[in-house]
Amino acid sequence: MRFLFIVLALLLTGCLVGCQEPINSPHLAGLAADKVLFSAFSERPKHLDPARAYSENEMAYLGQIYEPPLQYNYLKRPFTLEPLTLSAMPEVAFYDAQGRVLPADAPAVRVTTSVYTVRLKAGIRYQPHPALAPDRVLTADDYIYQIKRLADPRVSSPIASLMGEYIIGLNDLGVAIEQKLKRGVAVDLVQEPLSGVERVDALTWRIRIKGKYPQFLYWLAMPFFAPMPEEADRYYGTALMRAANLTLDSQPVGTGAFYMAENDPNRVMILRRNPNYHADYYPTTGEPNDAAAGLLRDAGRRLPLLDAAVYSLEKEDIPYWNKFLQGYYDTSGIASDTFDQAIRIGPDGRPDLSPEMRARDIQLATTNRTSIWYLGFNWLDPVLGGVHDPERARKLRQAVSIALDWDEFISIFLNGRGLPGHGPIPPGIFGFKEGAINAVVYQPDGRRRALAEARRLLAEAGYPHGRDARTGAPLTLYFDTMASGPESKARLDWYRKQFARLDIQLVVRSTDYNRFQDKMRKGNAQIFEWGWNADYPDPENFLFLLYGPNRKQGKNGENAANYSNPEFDRLFTEMKSMDNGPARQAVIDRMVQIVRVDAPWVFAYTPKAFGLRHGWLANAKPNPMAHNTLKYLRVDPVVRQAYQRHWNRPLLWPVGVGVLLLIAMVYPAWRLWRRRLRMTAVEGR
Amino acid sequence: MIAYLIRRLLYAVPILLGVNLITFALFFMVNTPDDMARIQLGAKHVTAEAIARWKVQHGYDKPLFYNAQAEGGERLTQTLFTQKSLSLFALEFGQADDGRSIAREIQTRMWPSLAVAMPTFFIGLAVYLATALMLVFFRRSRLELAGVVMLVVLMSISGLFYVIGGQFVLGKLWHWAPISGYAPGLEAWKFLVLPVLVGVVSGIGESGRFYRALFLEEIHQDYVRTARAKGLSEARVLFNHILPNAAIPILTGVVVVLPRLFLGSLVIESFFGVPGLGSYTIDAIQAQDFGIVRAMVFLGSLLYIVGLVLTDLSYTLVDPRVRLQ
Amino acid sequence: MSVQPVLLASDVLLAILLMALVAYLVHVRQQPPLQATWRRVTRTALGRVAGTVLALYLTVGVLDSLHYRPALPAQGGQAVQYSNEVLSVLDAVLTPLRTGVEKTYSAPMATHLYAKETVTLASGEVVRVAPPLKHWHLLGTDKVGQDVLYLSLKSIRTGLLIGTLTTLIMLPFAVTLGLAAGYFGGRVDDAIQYLYTTLNSIPGVLLIAAAVLVVQVQIEMHPDWFDSAAARADVRLLALCAILGMTSWTGLARLLRAEALKLRELEFVHAARAFGVGHAGIVRRHILPNVGHLIVISVVLDFSGLVLAEAVLSYVGAGVDPATASWGNMINGARLELAREPIVWWQLAAAFGFMFVLVLAANLFADAVKDAFDPRTAR
Repeated sequence: MRFLFIVLALLLTGCLVGCQEPINSPHLAGLAADKVLFSAFSERPKHLDPARAYSENEMAYLGQIYEPPLQYNYLKRPFTLEPLTLSAMPEVAFYDAQGRVLPADAPAVRVTTSVYTVRLKAGIRYQPHPALAPDRVLTADDYIYQIKRLADPRVSSPIASLMGEYIIGLNDLGVAIEQKLKRGVAVDLVQEPLSGVERVDALTWRIRIKGKYPQFLYWLAMPFFAPMPEEADRYYGTALMRAANLTLDSQPVGTGAFYMAENDPNRVMILRRNPNYHADYYPTTGEPNDAAAGLLRDAGRRLPLLDAAVYSLEKEDIPYWNKFLQGYYDTSGIASDTFDQAIRIGPDGRPDLSPEMRARDIQLATTNRTSIWYLGFNWLDPVLGGVHDPERARKLRQAVSIALDWDEFISIFLNGRGLPGHGPIPPGIFGFKEGAINAVVYQPDGRRRALAEARRLLAEAGYPHGRDARTGAPLTLYFDTMASGPESKARLDWYRKQFARLDIQLVVRSTDYNRFQDKMRKGNAQIFEWGWNADYPDPENFLFLLYGPNRKQGKNGENAANYSNPEFDRLFTEMKSMDNGPARQAVIDRMVQIVRVDAPWVFAYTPKAFGLRHGWLANAKPNPMAHNTLKYLRVDPVVRQAYQRHWNRPLLWPVGVGVLLLIAMVYPAWRLWRRRLRMTAVEGR
Repeated sequence: MIAYLIRRLLYAVPILLGVNLITFALFFMVNTPDDMARIQLGAKHVTAEAIARWKVQHGYDKPLFYNAQAEGGERLTQTLFTQKSLSLFALEFGQADDGRSIAREIQTRMWPSLAVAMPTFFIGLAVYLATALMLVFFRRSRLELAGVVMLVVLMSISGLFYVIGGQFVLGKLWHWAPISGYAPGLEAWKFLVLPVLVGVVSGIGESGRFYRALFLEEIHQDYVRTARAKGLSEARVLFNHILPNAAIPILTGVVVVLPRLFLGSLVIESFFGVPGLGSYTIDAIQAQDFGIVRAMVFLGSLLYIVGLVLTDLSYTLVDPRVRLQ
Repeated sequence: MSVQPVLLASDVLLAILLMALVAYLVHVRQQPPLQATWRRVTRTALGRVAGTVLALYLTVGVLDSLHYRPALPAQGGQAVQYSNEVLSVLDAVLTPLRTGVEKTYSAPMATHLYAKETVTLASGEVVRVAPPLKHWHLLGTDKVGQDVLYLSLKSIRTGLLIGTLTTLIMLPFAVTLGLAAGYFGGRVDDAIQYLYTTLNSIPGVLLIAAAVLVVQVQIEMHPDWFDSAAARADVRLLALCAILGMTSWTGLARLLRAEALKLRELEFVHAARAFGVGHAGIVRRHILPNVGHLIVISVVLDFSGLVLAEAVLSYVGAGVDPATASWGNMINGARLELAREPIVWWQLAAAFGFMFVLVLAANLFADAVKDAFDPRTAR
């Protein structure tokens, strides 16, 4: 108690001595007064090397620092590619086996090679960096160097094998480097030949692709294809730098609007404005509503609009949310637990901000994520799969599909922030059809089929009332998941409850990440949950998750359910190289119908992203594909500081109560003390 | 004295070897090198070649204990155990699985750990001793009864409650301190208030009772009676006679843990977002990064042994009768 | 209703423990001085109250340890089939609580759900209201609508098992190794000291976390070892007890070693040796009875610490199976609920409350036992 008092005294005097900022600010003093964005990261990014980084949290930084040739337009929907460091969109030409030029509409089977010609804007400069000459400009060689790095086995890029299937000569380069390394010969990537990439001049280069692969342009908008100056690679390649934990994997070097000023992944990462940033302007046109939403107020202004962005380590949701409410973070998602505090559903069923949030001038932005969640059935499983007893197993899968009530799931765990799935393609991606329902699970009027129908299918599958019709043994299914923390307990309980509605006992086998991956690779799982985030906005990126030759078991592909249907596979190869249009849509519709009937997945849901931001942050429009969105954001630090002070006045009444309590306790002690001091040697009894 | 120290240090070698063996065995029962490679290489598009390459790069392509393919002495040295575990004796911690140098990481992270652990420890010790002394001073009064009941209640509350409650009340409701976070240098103080307070309060029940028991044991000794007979006041008896005589059992408990303050507290650090060695260790356990776990276990054992030696040395300081040979 | 009894490994151990307890009580009855000591424990009001509370918890725990599988409704001409679900007598007693499940959160003693739902009225208007509850819940319900009181009661068994089985597992090690080290001295002493210094020097949580991971992986790799989810979770719980036991025997062993060192030099031991009594005989007849009070005190003192440790271990990710009801799992899952507005406090409060009462009772009981057994405070 006495200690508490000392702390209090310290606290109060500390604040009197002079802090302009509230005592509970988690940031370094003075930063909040500048044009700085405050955000957080929950896990430190493993890789900041653009050839290696693949996950969402790494892209959040790389997108601001590295500039691939293309970017997604910030405001336009559907997602549209536009040049970033290029003077125009890449030109593509098709050639047949004899090397003759083909017209642009030639059928895909005739195309053996596509050649992309890429031209850079002149005079783009890098961030200031000790490894680079002050007048160092961006050249085609930097882009070519990075493509070579993708093949380098020492870099172990996650897309090396995938790109090897398309970029001519990339695999050969990898093999050549590997052999040199084995013989102990030094490798200089600049000198190594890469047959599929040709430097035309300082600003122009060509990439040759096997066959027709329209999705390649999307890859050119990802940091994998960002430029890498070879000086930087050499600078960070020394043993001395490595010992100091300074590598290209932690110290990015780019041409982007920001550079990494401080990288202390244990605490904070700071991006600052790149003083050399090339001319880049806020878009002047957007979607129809954008002007009304105030998203065009900065139209035509020179980017970036921020001086810096500070990302603090924040591992848990609660502290993050509380600090957001205190005004110390500018943006926040909404966890399921905080939903009712933040959002009210209006009379028309649309979500809106709660009065409390409105009073704080907090803004809401919603968008559909370009991702899907599903429950997969292992196609190789004897009970549920499509190999042993296809007819019986399909009925069982369909019964389960009907019984799992995703609308309830979405309302409990996502507070309604999700769309129940009807197929493998999420909204926002070409091929998704608004209002098209999965007739296997839903009635024509859009309501979920009754449980009785699921029970009937279950009986037809030979399990009336969840019991094997021949032996009477209860049906037990196994659910494999890597969710093992207590946080996921509620979700697993929900699954169990849902299966119990069909009298099926669901046994949850939760394992760690490794064991789970291992089971999936060996095809030993029975039911599992999985999700997929779009790499690029093309249906191919989702349908390939069900493509037979891409299966997980034995092939190590992404088809985790090991689903295989010859008709689907044939249609997939056809659809892959088509251009978006009615013909492609027709093929996709047939593919979607096949998987709805086969039901290798229970199409669970597409999450909706609800983002909150304080009123002092402008120009925030969620764009799930673009990564380089920081340069468009703007903050009003004056408003922010006023609010921070207003919301964070320390409560003083507990101090008074504490003092009173202390007096109440000290008084009897003091009296006793006086008495004890007069005590005699032999203890009085 | 020097001979004693040398003997103690030699004695430490088999212990550290045993510790190494235990952690090594435990960890490789959980994780094959393939698993480690997969965790590090990420979820999408991982090929068998990439895994093999990662293992070679990080030195995990060798057998565990015995290398049948090597020649002579290399059969024992070209193994994971020798290369990964025994190098620790030279304080070479190597790299974490993400390629960062562990030694470097330990150097930077031990300061935040110390910044939290030192004040917690010393303020805590002072508070606990003061509480215990007061209880002894007021023995056989209602005040003592209330105090003891209070201590039992305090120690029956789960430590997690103090953390969660502290963050909620002091951080969220009263705005007295940042809910979590850390800053280096002088600005650290406001981030330390909450974790230190929680750390001190959560230990008060158990430690207060422990020290009270120690003092009560002394109070029946003859020298106390003599001191009182001399006419010394009760406060003097407590401070000048009982406290020094209780020093040996206090030191036994205190000095051993001193060196371990470097390692920080697992729970407090990860709850309050302090970038110290405690949160480093927890993250490593959760990410199954053997390199870090191994280094931390080794460091922990080493510091424990140092603590034992320091305890013996401190005895000679407080009690002239103790001689080390 | 016909049932098939199920005997989980932990049930067997608990039964052994109870039998040992009964045997000890019989032993106490036969020994008037020991009986008098225990009388002193129950003479104080606090000791009596604490003992009663512990007995209540124990009753719930024992009821929850009588497991069975209910028979499924018979189908014509087939042998009786039993459900895969393993229930306990406690589940049967609490059937209304167990099956009275709501959709999601509800506050203690509430009549309506805590969270509002979007409902389309007959008029086509969409409103957001809190639907009425189907059942009445004294302590409310959790995120998926399970009764919190039921969960808290189910957690008792977990807490008790961790507090007691750990001791049961560790006692043989602590007693044999501790006494052997002290009694024989020399090489034996060196070896045992080496063992416990090594174990002690590893930071406890790290060792436990690593060992729990190992067990978990072994369980994962051999799913065929267990015929039900309950058996899997049970093995994990036992493993946790075993690991905690392995790391906590050193303290008692050290105490016993010191005591044995003293005792072996006493005259009655020398006399026994002179009469040609073997080592085993001496330890059993002369040493063990003289350290009995130390063992009793340390067992009751450790209990509360172990119950509290479970919660912290769950946070570190090295606790019991997430599917097992335990206070640690409840607290961990409920931490996020504090950030809700309006805040959901009852799950956290219930877990802390139930745990607090048990630990407080255990601490008070331990104090009473210590006072009664400690020759210096006993009067």
